[in-house]
Amino acid sequence: MAFTAAATVYARDGREHFFTILIGDVTLFAEMLPKVLAGCLIGAFVTMLLPREMVARWVGHESGFTGLLIAAFFGFLLPGGPITIYPVAGAFLVMGADAGAVVAFIVSWTLIGYTRALVWELPFFGSDFVIWRIIEALPLPIIAGLLARIVVRAGFQYREKTQ
Amino acid sequence: MTLVINILLWLVVGVLAGFAAMRGRVLLNDSAREGIVEFILLLPRIGIGVIGSGFIAEALPNEWVAPWLGPESGFLGVVIATLGGALTPGGPVVGFSLGAAALKSGAGAPQVIAYSTAWALYAIHRLLIWEVPMMPARVVWLRAAVSLPLPFMAAALAILVARP
Repeated sequence: MAFTAAATVYARDGREHFFTILIGDVTLFAEMLPKVLAGCLIGAFVTMLLPREMVARWVGHESGFTGLLIAAFFGFLLPGGPITIYPVAGAFLVMGADAGAVVAFIVSWTLIGYTRALVWELPFFGSDFVIWRIIEALPLPIIAGLLARIVVRAGFQYREKTQ
Repeated sequence: MTLVINILLWLVVGVLAGFAAMRGRVLLNDSAREGIVEFILLLPRIGIGVIGSGFIAEALPNEWVAPWLGPESGFLGVVIATLGGALTPGGPVVGFSLGAAALKSGAGAPQVIAYSTAWALYAIHRLLIWEVPMMPARVVWLRAAVSLPLPFMAAALAILVARP
């Protein structure tokens, strides 16, 4: 898919445009690398440092509604992009967080994480629009977490068989 | 701004490494090694993803986006916006700039919110490039499935909560 798109751009817009985009993307990739590395390291350290019982108690199966709130709050707090968030979410899962909490965490980071809003959304939309959108997004991580728990309770297996 | 984020992230890494060091050198080394190995494994996938998505976004016809999402488009507009968000490839620059461009050229605010919410939650390329390599696939599909109604809820809330 990437190659087809690249070929389309090359054929349609010519060589110069092709290289402009290529250089832009390579720069973007290079800028991402330190964040990717930081994300991987945070994920690894968090796995080693946080006692499993604590994660299981805070955001595990028995954590109830509070667990979802805690997970959503962490999603709001944690800086970084998808490269940071998914390794950390994966680590939480390994450590006994339940699917509902992990879903609430990721959705919360995606929709109300402040770094994303500050860095990307604000320049494009302006603060009024962004704040308004975030207010509407506030209940969504909790709703997603509750839905995920309902699906799991209905019998959906989300753990790998080896675990 | 990206520098600030980098500093913040590495501060977190530093603090965590400090805690790990207090628990012993072995723990610190093991964690660091694990993190770095994961980083190296991820590199090629992310490289293809980033460079590919730039070209995909460029190949998309941008001028189609605005007319479908006008304030008169109502629920259908929200549906189209949600679909469009799910199908929009590329990083935050692409998603937010398309959304902002649509807003400027007359798209309704609830439709734009549905669009950016859908794009943020389950843009298909992001699920494949980022989430699936880093998390158990079944959790990813579960998350995507329960996220399906969220753009509609966001749009509905946007209609209820009047824009300032």
